[in-house]
Amino acid sequence: MTKVEAVIQTSKLDAVKDELHKIGVEGMTVLEARGHGRQKGHTEIYRGREYTVDLIPKIKLELVLTDEMVEKTVQAIMMAARTGKIGDGKIFLTKVDDAIRIRNDERGESAL
Amino acid sequence: MRRNLIHYVVVLCLVCCCFPLGVYAQSPGTASRLVPAMVIAPELPAQRLAAVEQQVAEAKSSADNAWMLISAALVLLMTGPGLALFYGGLVRKKNVLGTMMQSFAMMAVITVVWAVVGFSLAFGPGNGFIGGFHNIFLRGVGLQPDADYAATIPLETFMVYQLMFAIITPALITGAFAERMKFSAMLVFLTLWSLCVYFPMAHMVWGKGGLLNASLGGRFPTLDFAGGIVVHATSGVSALVCTLYLGKRLGYPKEDMRPHSVVLSFMGACLLWVGWFGFNAGSALAAGGLATSAFVATHFAAAAAAVGWSGAEWIRNGKPSALGAISGSVAGLATITPAAGFVTPMSALAIGLIAGPFCFWMVTKVKLRFGYDDSLDVFGVHGVGGTIGAILTGIFASSVINPIFKNAKGAALPSGVLEGNSHQLLNQLVGVAIAWVLAAVGTLVILKVVDIVIGLRVSTEHETQGLDFSQHGEEGYYWETPA
Repeated sequence: MTKVEAVIQTSKLDAVKDELHKIGVEGMTVLEARGHGRQKGHTEIYRGREYTVDLIPKIKLELVLTDEMVEKTVQAIMMAARTGKIGDGKIFLTKVDDAIRIRNDERGESAL
Repeated sequence: MRRNLIHYVVVLCLVCCCFPLGVYAQSPGTASRLVPAMVIAPELPAQRLAAVEQQVAEAKSSADNAWMLISAALVLLMTGPGLALFYGGLVRKKNVLGTMMQSFAMMAVITVVWAVVGFSLAFGPGNGFIGGFHNIFLRGVGLQPDADYAATIPLETFMVYQLMFAIITPALITGAFAERMKFSAMLVFLTLWSLCVYFPMAHMVWGKGGLLNASLGGRFPTLDFAGGIVVHATSGVSALVCTLYLGKRLGYPKEDMRPHSVVLSFMGACLLWVGWFGFNAGSALAAGGLATSAFVATHFAAAAAAVGWSGAEWIRNGKPSALGAISGSVAGLATITPAAGFVTPMSALAIGLIAGPFCFWMVTKVKLRFGYDDSLDVFGVHGVGGTIGAILTGIFASSVINPIFKNAKGAALPSGVLEGNSHQLLNQLVGVAIAWVLAAVGTLVILKVVDIVIGLRVSTEHETQGLDFSQHGEEGYYWETPA
């Protein structure tokens, strides 16, 4: 099992969600997040005072998948979330040891 | 001219009164009853004229009173919701209720103070500096007009109208110490401030026998139509003293202190603009042409200052911000306040165009240069706006708009510098200087006393927590918490 964490532009959430549904991803967790990478944010000016806004609103998707789904999913996210500009976000993959369904004790891939 | 007008109205009313009789005369049944009336007619005109004059006076009083009650409501609208929203949006969200409550508290507390003693100290008979205790508990304040103040409206209307000014003036100061003063200390400070600074200042400029009163024979006749000096200069200077005394907010200027909702401020500023018509045009104290002059001047200056501030900002920063546009309009409104009712519409445009960029410069350059934390720019907008407005009034005041100075025969004398009354500029400066000194010294002394007795500033812990929770046990917004 692999956990896919994708940080994407807020405006791309719907496109990514549609694409994931198309390839058969059944569940996901979506978090509203703030952050920055090389994209250094922007400045806002209020009555002459400049504020550097470097933590920009982002969406973080978390999905735990069977290994054969991972590559398809990564491709789908990249296709839907890419604009080609700085700030498109990143995807991180990590191995997951186990998964447990709280409702009925199911474990492993069957719990996904 | 006014006398001619009244005669004209009387004649018109007589014609109108006769008209229904003419109609009745058409019906045969009433014709016989009308004949005797025609016979005794010779002794009627004098009585009837008196009756009609009485009715005309009552009609004029009703018209003026209607406008003044609406104006009073409009001025209250400036404090709540106007100022509460304007200031509430400019602070961080943990302080939104605390900030709004400060304005609202003035609506409640100052009303009580005003009823008990405030009106008497400001407008009751006294010396050149302050009224006395003649009208405490509103003794003698009833439905009879006081011709010295406003001959056509009940004194009680005048009293409640002036109350709204007494409410908004201390409420304006709250923007300077936003996000860091104890609620209890704020209540005591602003109550004492009203007693020691506002009531004397209002008496000097507007009260009977006041030192600066232009229409009731003051020693230095200062032109201040609706309170550029009394309201905006005093509150602005006091605000500056507050920020210097209290010091900066924790984390200023390092931390992110962006306005939590420019949207709230936007609505507040628009309500202030509307309410200001009651503030300035209402200061004519009647519904006549002078109110129209003040109304138009108010609107023109607000618009021109919004254009001026936005233009300056656009050139400097490359973008005209929403906060800049609304700040500009408020600066224009504060600046035109002493001048409305004295200046022509074109002068009002000029005053607005000066006010916008000048206050922009004060708020964005001068404040940052000196590093004081006038959190919501009360000094930069109101103190500076009211002061330059008072000076510009001395320059632009026109006797055509308002013949306030008259010679022994009742003919109008020149008002402002542009009409040749260069001495007026000096009077305006005297008025401004007295306001600045009284506001600065009074505020400093009261702050010191309250600081010793109660303590002005919230604890570091409470300041970090925010005023909403630490002072009121509430939160402005809780939609982020789970249901």
